[in-house]
Amino acid sequence: MSVLRSRFVQAVVILVGAFLALRFGIRPPAPWSVIQIYMAVVFLAVLIFVSSDTDSWRSFVNPMRAALVDPSQRPVRIVLAVALPILLGYYAYTQAAARPQAPAELRAVHPAPPGSIQFRGKEINIAGVDNPLRKDVATFKRNVAAGGEIYVRSCMFCHGDNLDGHGLFASALNPPPANFEDPGTIAMLQESYLFWRIAKGGPGLPRESTPWNSAMPAWEDRLTEEQIWQVIAYLYDATGQEPRRWETAH
Amino acid sequence: MRGLHVVRQAVRAAVPVAALLLAATALPAAAQEAAREPAYRAFPLIGSRLAVWAIAQLHLNFAAFILGVPIFAVIIEIIGWRTGAPRYDWLSHEFVKLIFAAFSTTALLGAFLLFLFVGYYPKFWAYMTSIFFPTYWIYALLFFAETFTVYLWYYGWEWLSGPRKWVHVSLGVLSNLFGTAILLIGNSWVTFMMSPAGVTETGALKGSVWAAINNSTWMPINIHRLIANIVFGGTIAAAYAAFRFLNATTDEERARYDWMGYVGNFVALSAFIVLPFAGYWLGREIYAFNQTMGITMMGGFMSWLWIIQAILIGVLFLGSNYYLWLGMERIPGSERYRKYVPYMLTILAIGFMVWATPHSLIVTLEEARAMGGTHHPFLGFFGVMSAKNTAVNLMILTTFLSYVLYRRANRLSIRPWVVIGMAIQWAAFAVAAAIVVFYGVYGYFVESIVRIGFSVYQVGAVLGAIVLVMTIDVPMFRGAKSTGAIRWGSIPARSQYVLILLAVTFTWLMGLMGFARSGIRQYWHVYGILRDTSVDAVTPALGYAANMITTVTIVFFALVMFIFWLGGLSEKGKPGAHGAAAMPVIAGGSEDPR
Repeated sequence: MSVLRSRFVQAVVILVGAFLALRFGIRPPAPWSVIQIYMAVVFLAVLIFVSSDTDSWRSFVNPMRAALVDPSQRPVRIVLAVALPILLGYYAYTQAAARPQAPAELRAVHPAPPGSIQFRGKEINIAGVDNPLRKDVATFKRNVAAGGEIYVRSCMFCHGDNLDGHGLFASALNPPPANFEDPGTIAMLQESYLFWRIAKGGPGLPRESTPWNSAMPAWEDRLTEEQIWQVIAYLYDATGQEPRRWETAH
Repeated sequence: MRGLHVVRQAVRAAVPVAALLLAATALPAAAQEAAREPAYRAFPLIGSRLAVWAIAQLHLNFAAFILGVPIFAVIIEIIGWRTGAPRYDWLSHEFVKLIFAAFSTTALLGAFLLFLFVGYYPKFWAYMTSIFFPTYWIYALLFFAETFTVYLWYYGWEWLSGPRKWVHVSLGVLSNLFGTAILLIGNSWVTFMMSPAGVTETGALKGSVWAAINNSTWMPINIHRLIANIVFGGTIAAAYAAFRFLNATTDEERARYDWMGYVGNFVALSAFIVLPFAGYWLGREIYAFNQTMGITMMGGFMSWLWIIQAILIGVLFLGSNYYLWLGMERIPGSERYRKYVPYMLTILAIGFMVWATPHSLIVTLEEARAMGGTHHPFLGFFGVMSAKNTAVNLMILTTFLSYVLYRRANRLSIRPWVVIGMAIQWAAFAVAAAIVVFYGVYGYFVESIVRIGFSVYQVGAVLGAIVLVMTIDVPMFRGAKSTGAIRWGSIPARSQYVLILLAVTFTWLMGLMGFARSGIRQYWHVYGILRDTSVDAVTPALGYAANMITTVTIVFFALVMFIFWLGGLSEKGKPGAHGAAAMPVIAGGSEDPR
C-alpha cells in the first residue's frame, strides 16, 4: 500500500481512472472533443494537486528524477526507452490507419434569427412576436389538433411519431432531425424562432450555420402562415414544453 | 526642482489631451464636410479595422489599468493613514507609481485611436459626433482634471504627509471620481454602438443626449468594467510584484514583493468573485435588447467563444486558489487546513468541467448517430445555463472558503463563542451550496424565463454566505492567538509564475470578451442604424480573432515591461524612497496578529 502513498502513483491513478470513467462511464459515449476538454481540466487539477506544497511536489518529482538518473533504476530506463517509442509508434499507426469518415463538425445549434423575414411577400416580425393563435383561447385546441394533422402529414417522417427525432428517414440524415422532447431544443426558444426555422428551413440558415447540409425543407412553399403557427402550437402541446417568453430591457 | 518636474510632466501629459480638444473643436466642421468625404480610407498594409482593433485594445488595456489600480491604491493608503502602519503607505505609493508610469501611454494611445477614427472612418466619426458632441468637452475636461489630480497625488506624497495626509488621501479619492466619470462617458459611446437609444430610425437624435447615453447596456457595462478594471489592475500589479520578487537579491526585498503580490492577488480575487454576476447581468440586457444579438453571442457562431472563456476563467479560479494554497506554506499553523485542499480542488475541477461543456458539440457523424442527435442526452444537461450558473457559484463559494482558511491559517481564536461561530459559518456555506444546487436542478423543470430568474437566488445565496461568514470571522479572530508570523518571501517561486499567468490570462480574456461585445454587432457600426459598408464588414472567425488578441496581448506586455523598467530607473542608486517600510507580517489583509 505504500506505493499508493507516492504522489506520482496517485497522479497516474487519477489520470487513468478519470480517462476510463469519461471514456466508458458515460452512455452514449461522450464525443471525443468533450473528453479532450475534460482530460485537460483533470490534468491541470492533478498538476495542482501534486504541487500545492513542497513535500508533495518532491514526492511527485523524485520517482521521475530517480528513473532518469539513479544508477539502480537502469532497468526502468531500459523499459521506458523501449516502451515509449512503441507507444508513440502505436499512436502514429492509429492515426494513419484511421477509418475514413467525415470530419467532426461544429454546427451552431441555435443560429441567430433575423429581426423579420419575408413570407410570401409579406414581412413577418420574428423579434418580440408570440404565436397569434394563443390569443383566441376558444379555438386554440382546434388549432393544436390541426397542427397535429400537419405534423403527421409533413414532419413525422423525419422528426418521428414521438417527436424525438427518430423518424423513418432520420437515420439517413446528417445532421439528424431535431428531438423536440429534448429540453435543449424548443423549450429554449420563442415560438417565432420556430416559425423562422420552419418557414425557411435548411436553405434559409444564416452564414454561421455552415455547412448548409440540413435536410429541413423551406415550408413556406407548402404551408400557410396559419398552418405553421398551428404546427408550432402542436409541438409545444404534444411535448408538454412551454415556449420561451420574451424578456424586456430594464 | 520638484515643481519644475511637475510642470514638465503635466505639459507632457497635456499634449494628447490638447490634441483631443483640438479635434473636438474641429469636429462639427468635419461633420458638415462628411458628405464630401469618403466613408472610409484604407490604413496601409494591415487595413483600417486591424489598426483600430489593435490600438483600441491596447488603449483599453492601459486605461483599465490606470483606472483600476487607483481604486485599491487609495483604499490601501487610507488603511495606512488610519492605522499608522508605514508599510501600507509604501504599498500604495508602489501601486500609484505603476499607474503613473502608464498614464502618458494611455493618453497617447487614446489620441492615436481618435486620429484613426477621424482619418479612416470619417463618416462613422461624423455620425458619432452628431450624437455625442457635448460629451467630448466633458471628457476632455475630466481628463485634464484627472491628469493633474494624479500628478499631485503622486508628487505630493511627501509634501502632503503628516497632518496634511487627509488632503493627500482626498486627492486619491478625487482622482478615482474623475477616472470613473471618464469611464462612464467612454462607455456611453461604446454601448450606444451596441444598443442605440434616444434616436429616430434614421439615427437622428430625438431629444437630449442623455437618452443616447443611458441606453440598455450602459449601466451593466459601467458596473462590469469598473469591477473588471479592479481585477485587471490587481493582476498586473501582482505580476509586477512577482517579477520584482523573482529578481530580488535580498530577503527583505523578496518579503516586500511577496506581500505586494499577495495584496494584488487578494484585490483581484475579491473583485473577481463578483465579476461573473455583473457579466451575467450584461448578457441578460443584451439578450433583452435584441434577441438576434443575444443568440449570436450565446448560441450562434460565438457560442464556442464562451467555451474558451470558460476555460480561461477556470484557469483563473484554479490559479488563484493554487496561489493561496502555496501561500499557506509560509504560514506556521496552516498544516491543519491542508487536508481540505483535495476536496476544494475536486469541486473546482468538476465545476470547471461543467462550465466548459459546450452546448454546440463538435461531433463526428458516428458520434452523432450514437448520441441519437446533435444533443447528448447526459452531457446536454451541462451545456445550459442552469448547470453553468450552479458550477460557477459553487466555484466562487469554494474560492471564498480557500480565502477564509488562508486568513485564519496562523490564528487561533480566543473568543468563548468560537465553536458556535464556526458552526454558523459552516452552516452558511452548506445552506448557500444547497440553495445553489437546488435552484440549479429545479431550473430544468421550469420554463426559460423563470429559470433565468433563479440565477438571482443563487447569487444572493452566495453573496449572503460571504457577508455572513466575514461578519462572524472578523470579530472572531480579532486579537487571536498566533501560531507564528508569516514568513514573507519564503513562498515557492512557482507561485510567482502563477501570478504572471493570472495577469496574462486576464488580459487575454479581456481582449476576447471585447471581441465578443464588439463582434455581435456584426456588419453594423451602430447596430441597426449605421451599417458597416467597408471592405472589412466581415465578422472575423474565432481563430483569426484569437491570433489578433494574442498578438496585441504580447505587445501590451512588452510595453508594460518597458514602462515598468523606465519607472524603475528612478530607483536606481537610491537608498529606497518609501523603502523603509516594516516587513509585512499579516494574513488576509487585517491587523498584525503578533
